[in-house]
Amino acid sequence: MRLEAIEDQTWPRRLLPPLIALSVTVVIASGLAMLAGANPFSVLGLILQGAFGSQFAILETLNRATPLIFTGLAVAVAFRAKFWNIGAEAQLYAGALVTVVLGTGVLQWPSLALLPLLAVLAVLAGACLLLVPAVLKTRFGVDEVVTTLLFNFIFLLFISMLLEGPLKDPMGMGWPKSARLLPEARLPRMVDGLRLHWGFGLALISAGAVWIIQSRSTLGYEMRAVGLNKNAAAFAGIPVNRVLIKTALLSGGLAALAGFSEVAGVKGSLTLDLSPGFGYTGIIVAMLALLHPIGVVFAALFVAGIFVGADSMSRAAGVPTYLADIMLATALLLMVLAILLMRFRIVRG
Amino acid sequence: MEIFEILMSVSFWAAAIRIASPLILGTLGELICERAGVLNLGIEGIMVSGAFAGWMAVYSGTGLWTGVGVAMCVGMSFGLLHSVLTVPFGLSQHVVGLGVTLLATSGTYYAYRLALPEVTSPPKIEAFQPFEIPFLSDIPGIGPALFSQTPLTYLAFGLVLVVSLVLYRTPLGLAVRAAGENPAAVAAQGLSVTAIRMGAVTVGSGFMAMGGAFLTMSAFDSFFFEMVNGRGWICIALVVFGSWRPGKALLGAVLFAAFDALQIRMQQTSLGADVPYQIFLMMPYILSILALVVMSRRAEVPAALMVPFNKGER
Amino acid sequence: MGKDTGTVLRLNAITKRFGTLTANDRVSFSLGAGEVLALLGENGAGKTTLMNILFGQYMADSGTVEVFGQTLPPGNSRAALDAGVGMVHQHFTLADNMTVQENITLGVQPLFRPMLDKSAARSRIEALSERFHLAVSPNARVGDLTVGERQRVEILKALYRDVRILILDEPTAVLTPQEADDLFATLKTAVENELSVIFISHKLHEVMAISDRVVVLRHGKLVGEVQTDQTDRAALASMMMGGDIPATDVVAATPGATLLELHKVTTPDVGNAPGLKSVSLSLRAGQITGLAGVSGNGQAALADLIGGMRGPSEGRIDVNDVVPRRWSPQEAIRNGIARIPEDRHKVGTIADFDLTENAILERYASHPFSKGGWLSWRASREFAQDVIDKYDVRCPGPDTRIRLLSGGNMQKLILGRVLETNPQIILANQPVRGLDIGAVTYVHEQLLAARDRGAAVLLISEDLDEVMALSDVIHVIAGGRLSPAFARGQMSPTELGIWMAGQGFDEDMPHAS
Repeated sequence: MRLEAIEDQTWPRRLLPPLIALSVTVVIASGLAMLAGANPFSVLGLILQGAFGSQFAILETLNRATPLIFTGLAVAVAFRAKFWNIGAEAQLYAGALVTVVLGTGVLQWPSLALLPLLAVLAVLAGACLLLVPAVLKTRFGVDEVVTTLLFNFIFLLFISMLLEGPLKDPMGMGWPKSARLLPEARLPRMVDGLRLHWGFGLALISAGAVWIIQSRSTLGYEMRAVGLNKNAAAFAGIPVNRVLIKTALLSGGLAALAGFSEVAGVKGSLTLDLSPGFGYTGIIVAMLALLHPIGVVFAALFVAGIFVGADSMSRAAGVPTYLADIMLATALLLMVLAILLMRFRIVRG
Repeated sequence: MEIFEILMSVSFWAAAIRIASPLILGTLGELICERAGVLNLGIEGIMVSGAFAGWMAVYSGTGLWTGVGVAMCVGMSFGLLHSVLTVPFGLSQHVVGLGVTLLATSGTYYAYRLALPEVTSPPKIEAFQPFEIPFLSDIPGIGPALFSQTPLTYLAFGLVLVVSLVLYRTPLGLAVRAAGENPAAVAAQGLSVTAIRMGAVTVGSGFMAMGGAFLTMSAFDSFFFEMVNGRGWICIALVVFGSWRPGKALLGAVLFAAFDALQIRMQQTSLGADVPYQIFLMMPYILSILALVVMSRRAEVPAALMVPFNKGER
Repeated sequence: MGKDTGTVLRLNAITKRFGTLTANDRVSFSLGAGEVLALLGENGAGKTTLMNILFGQYMADSGTVEVFGQTLPPGNSRAALDAGVGMVHQHFTLADNMTVQENITLGVQPLFRPMLDKSAARSRIEALSERFHLAVSPNARVGDLTVGERQRVEILKALYRDVRILILDEPTAVLTPQEADDLFATLKTAVENELSVIFISHKLHEVMAISDRVVVLRHGKLVGEVQTDQTDRAALASMMMGGDIPATDVVAATPGATLLELHKVTTPDVGNAPGLKSVSLSLRAGQITGLAGVSGNGQAALADLIGGMRGPSEGRIDVNDVVPRRWSPQEAIRNGIARIPEDRHKVGTIADFDLTENAILERYASHPFSKGGWLSWRASREFAQDVIDKYDVRCPGPDTRIRLLSGGNMQKLILGRVLETNPQIILANQPVRGLDIGAVTYVHEQLLAARDRGAAVLLISEDLDEVMALSDVIHVIAGGRLSPAFARGQMSPTELGIWMAGQGFDEDMPHAS
């Protein structure tokens, strides 16, 4: 077999592969639900209902989507330049760390001053953390996939050390948990009475900002050029390494905002289970969004919906929640295949 | 002087060899894939699936070696999935690899929950026992360290030799290496790059699963979530450290494992009382990164690693 | 030669389409035993596609291939090899990090045999290389070999398998005239050993020298078939081009001031590619300086140096009598150097960018394309449209992804992008490689026009005929060393070939130490 590029893509060509990919995902999930002894239709219904069936469910989904938008953007920005940042998890914790270190009493400022400062410093922390793998890549040619992955383990141990040492909450009854944020350091709700914090708003703003940067700025142009063809970019005089470093800073900063928003908007303190793998899930979000920043918002809602829905489905139907992860992994693999089949046809010979 | 005592003890080296075994298997598996030109980031998940499959098979009553076989088959099916997507379709090896890791991990956890819905702590199995090789295990010092291991450890060391021989001495190995250096050369000699690469990834994934199975069948005798704990990623670093050569990779794995065994023992010493244990736990990961930094420059990367081959390309 | 003892190979009405392009249109011909058949045609005429079908690397849409009376299964290189067909590709299919022997024996034994038989293979290779005059050491790493040696390995690969039919795709493109003569001698030996040969070329003099019979392809169709001794170059040329040859008239140049000068520049070797060895060179206004040489002899290093990709490790580069500060691509562009890279697909353009994005690739950061870090898509599009109109880039519009363009149109965009700034210095690295005849003429005319308005042009090409036709002054590069300048018509191809082979330098430059 051979792949042949399609010059003008028809509408069915663009729509069918992703639709088939999603359908196959649903079919596989149904099969697995049956294995668990549940009725597949009721399982899918329960997932949908759990994710979008009530105001509470929708707000829960939006809250869950918030960190995923940030990590999804972080991954999308990096992958666009073919910088394989798999370390959003660590950068998220870097942002969270800065937020609790400075937000629990060191700075007694009013909200309007404190929150922006915490956000900015969180961004810097995440950016600095990713700077190390970026420099190792550009200076020594060390593959960033492995370094960013290993950084996740190292940084989580570091957080664990701090939570059992200097950051440990004396009131925490022995749990490895930081002190609680000052009320001034908590993100307020977007609408009174609705459980949705401003982190979601910040995520939407970030997505818009990233979109504008990518499509209109010279940096966005450089990042796309480097991602698509490093040699051509270098030949044209684009400073490839500098662009990669800038990309890493932007990516790390975005991922760190996820940590800031989770701590300041939801949890109020730092624990080791702050993120159930938001950093890794960001990769799925970014890929499902075809690395488009606005797409990231929708993909994050979809992914968050599956997670939230699967949680409540699991309680009701007794199917393990890991079904959600399986669905996402399947959707991811089928989607990358679908994207290929939108642009290429398989021919004999 | 505690370090010196630790380094001189037989039990330390026996532990190092034991810790090295799953890494050797995983590294060999990754090395086979990369030698054929495919980066397999599915390794972490494939090790999880192998750990579970082997253990579950034995728990349901099969023999130990059958369990190893089951683990390999499960690993190979994930390898096949990976290779179908990355070789004929040429999809991003990064994305597919991470997807396979996620799929294998979540699929394993799902299966675990289905198989054992009620248990709170996972049951133990009757695992592989150390086997003292006659005469050799009597050699003072290295005897007890090297030759009183479980059969899977011997298998891991034996496979290093086998993989070396196959890669460098057989027509098959020549074809695999050439597929990683210049797939066009392979196609021009009438061989199928697709078949060679898919085969290498599938077999390599079987090795990775065996590495995972070592954890449940030769080390912990039981299956826990998070038990692979980044070992797969470390194997990828070890492949680079070993310059894509089986012998050097073995050396790297043993060195790494010795370091890991050392940090575990250091936690018990007076130093361990002053320094948080997390620092010790970090060391293996930091060491991996340092090894990458040192080796990345001089390593001879297979020239066509991560380069998809499309025979009709024009 | 020329004894016709039966047909060994027959192509029957082969048709192959790639999307909308018909690369081969019902092509049929046959090859006799012990015959050397030349397959003649311009770039893009469909020669390579046809041979790839014959060799089973592509599948034909229709038509069959018969070897020794047996129809080959389509799309199966293995079957072609087993039937006795061997192919020497234009772009070598060798693994650089492996030895000659490993490359030759790859895939010869069944894969699941227990052991490689190394010593028997070795003596067989040595015997073959002696018999066919193909000197090469079996244990050498292919990456360390010269281009000529690599070609010998490619031929040995085929001979090792006892092929009866040998296909060579543009084999002389990478050789010096002398090496080409050696190759012809090898082919004669092959024919004496009862092999049949298909020789693909677009060079008339070679075809006349080596072949028994000529088959001519044009736009994918077979347009002529003649015995070599019953035709001449002019007749073949008109068959190949479909009418009169559009000769480019070259009027003598009036050289002006030196615009770019290298003083004893040395650059480091990169892997197996030699760096420059104390090279001095002046590029003068209103003059085309041609650089001849076998590929891999330092052309890349010189192009990288002048294009700003690499600075000199020793020596000095002067642009307009000034030594630039930090030599980089940006600096080269700022100094008015127009760069036409060797590989327009992988270096000159970004395939998934549209024409607009590709048009501003070198200048996106400057006025009017951006301001304060923000791009002006309107100005960029206007510029792209300008280039498209002025340089006759055939495309649906500036929003088309450039990967959908033909090589010629891609090259026109690159030309337009750099020539629009009226550059003083033009670096043209293999500017017409792989282009069809119309695009070749267009590119050559643009380079001559630029020369006539006073630009200094450096033309790097592995095609000696092209260099000799266009250049006012010729240098030869070999092993990273540069020959003295030869004026137009001063040297014959054979004399230049001696320099290309690396001889002549020693008399000219006595050892300093």
